[in-house]
Amino acid sequence: MGEVVIDEKQVFDFPEGLLGFDYIKKFVLLDTEDPSSPLKWLQAYDEPDLAFIVIRPADFMNQYELVISQNDLNIVQTKKTDDLIVFAIVTIPSNPADMTANLQGPVIINPEKRIGKQAIILTDSYSVKHRILDEIKKHSGTEG
Amino acid sequence: MIGDEIEVVVIDIKGDQVKLGIRAPKSVTVHRMEIYQEIKQENIAATKSEFDPTKLRELSEFFKTEKNDKKDKK
Repeated sequence: MGEVVIDEKQVFDFPEGLLGFDYIKKFVLLDTEDPSSPLKWLQAYDEPDLAFIVIRPADFMNQYELVISQNDLNIVQTKKTDDLIVFAIVTIPSNPADMTANLQGPVIINPEKRIGKQAIILTDSYSVKHRILDEIKKHSGTEG
Repeated sequence: MIGDEIEVVVIDIKGDQVKLGIRAPKSVTVHRMEIYQEIKQENIAATKSEFDPTKLRELSEFFKTEKNDKKDKK
């Protein structure tokens, strides 16, 4: 990725890492080439080659219900979901139009304490492979 | 009870500490494990994404088009 200046404010502690990557205890949140894009990098602090593209559900959906356990909230040291920044990890297959967001296992971040975790939605409402573009097309279809 | 199937039970009481447990049918536990595995697999798939800068630029364009369609959003 080249030389990047990291603002400490973008560094987050993940005491439990991510599912399947529980050894990564620290992540950095970075812009992609275009800072105005909703796509961001969530990069392993100690392993810059290991990174995830993430997006906030709010950036492509009208509504996203964060129904998570008390344990998930406790790990990021907050009592309310309102305080959290929520991201979904994006999977980009060979055709970019097929990109999907994992809405079943969102990444929640407490911006004040700078602690994050991958939570699990307790309801069956969402998919681990939610098609982002289909969601966006839904919105533009409702104009006028 | 939480819903019809999940019961909160008292496992132990020591002084002023109460240890609670959850009694749920195996189907619930198995279901949770499956979701856990699904999320884990999807994380792994995500790291194998096409992170080519040109592709990422393309993707960002999709969101810009959406913004232009929204009349009141700046």
